[in-house]
Parts: sequence; C-alpha cells; structure tokens
Amino acid sequence: MKNRAAYFGVFTALALILSYVEMLIPVSFGIPGAKLGLANLIIVVMLYKTDWKEALLLSVVRIVLAGFIFGNMFSILYSLAGGVLSLAVMAGLKRTGSFGVAGVSVAGGVSHNVGQLLVAMIVVETYQVGYYLPVLLIAGVITGLLIGIISGEVLKRIRQIDLTGERRK
Amino acid sequence: MKKNDWILAACILLAAVAILLFQFVRSDSGAGKVSVTVDGEIFGTYSLAEDQTVDIDGTNRLVIENGTAEMEWADCPDQICVNHRAVSREGESIICLPNQVVISVTDGEEAELDGIVQ
Repeated sequence: MKNRAAYFGVFTALALILSYVEMLIPVSFGIPGAKLGLANLIIVVMLYKTDWKEALLLSVVRIVLAGFIFGNMFSILYSLAGGVLSLAVMAGLKRTGSFGVAGVSVAGGVSHNVGQLLVAMIVVETYQVGYYLPVLLIAGVITGLLIGIISGEVLKRIRQIDLTGERRK
Repeated sequence: MKKNDWILAACILLAAVAILLFQFVRSDSGAGKVSVTVDGEIFGTYSLAEDQTVDIDGTNRLVIENGTAEMEWADCPDQICVNHRAVSREGESIICLPNQVVISVTDGEEAELDGIVQ
C-alpha cells in the first residue's frame, strides 16, 4: 500500500483521541473498572478494513502511547494482555466467517476483560479475583455489542475507502 | 446483526448468570473473617464481628463495621477499591491493584449453620 504509513498514522491518532475522549467522559456502568473501550472501535474497523497484523500493530502502538500519556506501566500491562487476547479471539472468529461485526466485537470485548483478569490474577497471586468474572463477562458483552454496532455503521459508510492496497475499481 | 451474534452474546450472558447464581448459592452470609494479603503475602486476618480500623502498610485503610469490611482510603489514583461496596459474604473480595492489596472474606472456624432440615 502506497499510503500505508499515512493511513496508519491517521488511525493511530484517531485511536489516541478516542482514548482521550473516553477519559473525559466517564461512562459508568455502575461497575468499577468497566469502560466502554471507544478506541477498540478503531481496532475493529482496522481488522475489517485490512488484516489482523495491521490491527495488532495498531492496538499495541495505541496501548503503549495511551499508557505513557494517560496511564502508567501497570495500565499498559493490563491493556496489552486484554488487547492482544481480544484481537486474537476477534481475528479467529472473523476467519470462521459465521459471525457479523457485532458478534466479533462482543467476543473481543469479553476476551479483553478476561485477559485483564488473568493478568490481575498473576499480579496479585490470588484466584479471588476470579469472583469478578461474571460481572466482567456481562460488561464485556454490553460494551462489545455497542462497539460492534457502531463499527458496523462506520464500516458501512467507509466502504469506498480502500486500505488493503488493491487497485481501486 | 447475524443470528450467530445473538447466540454468542446470549451464551456468554447465560454463563455469567450461571456463575453468579453459583456464587450466590455457595456463599453464606455470617460473621466471618477478612484476610488481607499484600503482594501475595498474608498481611493479617481480622474478625468481621468486631469493629476496627486496619492500616495496611500506610497505603490503604480498611474499616470493619457492622459485620462488613470496606476500604475507606487508598493512596492509589484510581480509587476503585474505595468505591467498591462493603463486603461480608464468603468469597467476596476488594482488590486494590496498584498497591497489590487483596481483602477477601473467609469463613474460618466461625462458620454457623442457619438451620438444619430433618
């Protein structure tokens, strides 16, 4: 792709802005620690517009940058575990072809939370954290569904933009 | 949205509800104990029956009152443990990730039966 670097820069900037916007508006579901994960919108769109490699790179870059700007080393660690696991699950589900954007996003949201929970278990060396699993599952489904529906709408509207590098028809 | 999407979401929600129900049935309220661990090592065990305030390494303050334990203060930026509701049932916990403090309710030897059906 000729403009790969330019597109990637734009998407990274978008993801960062969404991370910032999310920090400004505390969308609370009444569950401590639950976030909407607006930046994942860009990751899902990227996954569908290009391939999982690009999306993974974007996800890691976004998390490290956002971590340095808004968070700390701990938040980077948690986000990375969630982000990588989530992307792996989403890429796998997308490949099966039997799920839509919403389903893929739901799986991504849930696995994002599960990944963070696993790191939390390792960090605090206790399985008590597992008590929080059902709440995180439900939160993951809700946020994943919201992000999935928005992603679907966005994808519908940017259909003519080609990011894969194939010659435009 | 495809049909499979709904099935996937429903399955995950069902699993979550099942785990919640299981936890609810298994846990039993009653005067138990809270154990406090810092960085995976046991800091101390305190009875829920007696009102007290526990200072954990100067980073967190745990308050036990009316049979429930609550994190009153923490020096971490996110304050998630402070906003967490008070715990009293067995298996419940409050976790402060930045300080790696875990407070969990254990029943210990003070377990009491509510009643026996014969």
